[in-house]
Amino acid sequence: FHPGNGRFDLHLFFIIRFCCVPVDFEVVNVDSSMDSEEDINNAIMAIRRNGVALKGNIETNHNLPPSYKSRNNLLRTTLDLYANVMHCQSLPGVRTRHRNIDVMIIRENTEGEYSSLEHESVPGVVECLKIITKTKSLRIADYAFRTARAKGRGRVTAVHKANIMKLGDGLFLECCKEVASGYPDITFDSMIVDNTTMQLVSRPQQFDVMVMPNLYGNVVSNVCAGLVGGPGLVPGANYGEDYAVFETGTRNTGKSIANQNTANPTAMLLASCLLLDHLRLHAYARMIRRAILSTVTETRLHTADLGGQGSTSEVVRSVMKAVQSTGPLTLSI
Amino acid sequence: THTHTQSWVTLVLLYVMDATTDYFHSMQTVTLIPGDGIGPEISSAVMKIFEAAKAPIRWEERNVTAIKGPGGRWMIPPDAKESMDRNKIGLKGPLKTPIAAGHPSMNLLLRKTFDLYANVRPCISIEGYKTPYTNVDLVTIRENTEGEYSGIEHVIVEGVVQSIKLITEDASRRIAEYAFEYARNNQRSSVTAVHKANIMRMSDGLFLRKCREVAEGYKDIKFTEMYLDTVCLNMVQDPTQFDVLVMPNLYGDILSDLCAGLIGGLGVTPSGNIGANGVAIFESVHGTAPDIAGLDMANPTALLLSAVMMLRHMGLHDYGNKIQTACFDTIRDKKVLTKDLGGNSKCSEFTADICRRIQDLD
Repeated sequence: FHPGNGRFDLHLFFIIRFCCVPVDFEVVNVDSSMDSEEDINNAIMAIRRNGVALKGNIETNHNLPPSYKSRNNLLRTTLDLYANVMHCQSLPGVRTRHRNIDVMIIRENTEGEYSSLEHESVPGVVECLKIITKTKSLRIADYAFRTARAKGRGRVTAVHKANIMKLGDGLFLECCKEVASGYPDITFDSMIVDNTTMQLVSRPQQFDVMVMPNLYGNVVSNVCAGLVGGPGLVPGANYGEDYAVFETGTRNTGKSIANQNTANPTAMLLASCLLLDHLRLHAYARMIRRAILSTVTETRLHTADLGGQGSTSEVVRSVMKAVQSTGPLTLSI
Repeated sequence: THTHTQSWVTLVLLYVMDATTDYFHSMQTVTLIPGDGIGPEISSAVMKIFEAAKAPIRWEERNVTAIKGPGGRWMIPPDAKESMDRNKIGLKGPLKTPIAAGHPSMNLLLRKTFDLYANVRPCISIEGYKTPYTNVDLVTIRENTEGEYSGIEHVIVEGVVQSIKLITEDASRRIAEYAFEYARNNQRSSVTAVHKANIMRMSDGLFLRKCREVAEGYKDIKFTEMYLDTVCLNMVQDPTQFDVLVMPNLYGDILSDLCAGLIGGLGVTPSGNIGANGVAIFESVHGTAPDIAGLDMANPTALLLSAVMMLRHMGLHDYGNKIQTACFDTIRDKKVLTKDLGGNSKCSEFTADICRRIQDLD
């Protein structure tokens, strides 16, 4: 477990402990202000050892020279967590402009625009390389279709800009089409990224599963998180062949509200449920998730991001009470 | 009595001059590119409305269908280029790009011919055309010549493609300067640079540095920086927090369409392209809609609002405001809306209503 820069989710421990979930946390701190990559390498080693992790966002000071790489990106690429999955659903009790949203965003997480390959060929002229490979495009497309089938979802939409980036996004699109042909039970279509964002803000209900390269994934997942109620609500998952790391969906550090007991713990709590599901502790996951969702429908408990005045600790207590009321063995509150 | 008559005549003359100042604006010629599909009919709608407003604009129609020049390179017809270079200001309808082999995108050709480096899209909620978002009032300013749309791609080895995003000091400085100038000229209070320098440290970092440098010269305008994803997250929750946004090509492409979606789509969104040497081409950014072309069903709002942008750019704010007010009033009234706006009326009826309102406003 890596607390990250913002809110230290101690309450997460409380809930897991409280519900007597058979999970122990190894806490690894990553200090983003440090120049050396020792901290993040220790974290990576720990994840290799344990196989799963829960992670807070680590701030990147973008005013530092390029030699200082984003710690978050380093973690993702080193562990080859190739699929970033975000499930955005409208929640009852959370007021938003659009209702009935249920979109699953599957984003390629290791290449594309995030390849960190830049150079200044001539003074004042910088080239930044976006890499798209057939292997990784096939891999993420296959992940998307497999997931769609496993979750009983009928449609996968590839998001791209192949009209402009004919070779790069063209390759991505080709790979999606190739994989789609092996899943005749699932409808496949594609949409250009700018039109996609326009459609999302007018009629987001039209989307089901969406698959896309890294940067568009960043844009689309943030748009969708905003549409269903904001960064405090949506968990995110990063899956690789061998490891899985869970975090909040929109990777914000929440620095401005850290340690004020006003942050919305829902996203992180739901992320821990995803972790429990991954560990096949489905009953615990279901129990805690149900408690979280019942709490989030209570308007009076809404934290500031949802327009309320509730505190973090109130939300946590409510979740614990909800779990206790369903009857399983718990510690006392 | 002679001096009495003199001062009486002077008084009358002054009154007449004051009442007819409109006519004292000299006529300016603007290049009009009607375009394809619904282009001609929405262009003629705009011309009718301008006539009703008595705007001092003379239209010079030109066709920009690409032709192959000497040496085999595609180019826009020389008379179109000459007209644009002479008039500096243009209004353009939607263009179709033929699928002919090697034929470049028409918009790309125009962009390159006139070095249209800034794409400007003001997005203002249209009262009367309801969307889930209200009180939107922001402007996206997109660098339009480089970035991710450099068109430079290579197959490194089979199955590995490299697309190059180019960010230069000059282009970044130029777009930043335009953004701050625009903010100042249009009484906007802040400019936000949108970037992803956490990931693209050198390229977006360079863009950001140039914005910061230019901001130093505009202390009256508030300058902020925001990650692209944070902008997206916040934009769909509360777009009222944004004012002027400046960004490189791809982010601009995505965000300008996202913002158009907030106010109702491309059918009602104006757009302007600013080029070097004082050239400015204003255009509707929707498609040619071939399925309704010639059926008097098209909605001229996007082209009309782009023409209003053009009037403001030319300093003819009074005419611009008058036409915009008439257009918004017609939409708010809901009596003669075109199909895409939820009504059943013809383009000509919508246009006539706006013209009537303009004449009433006078």
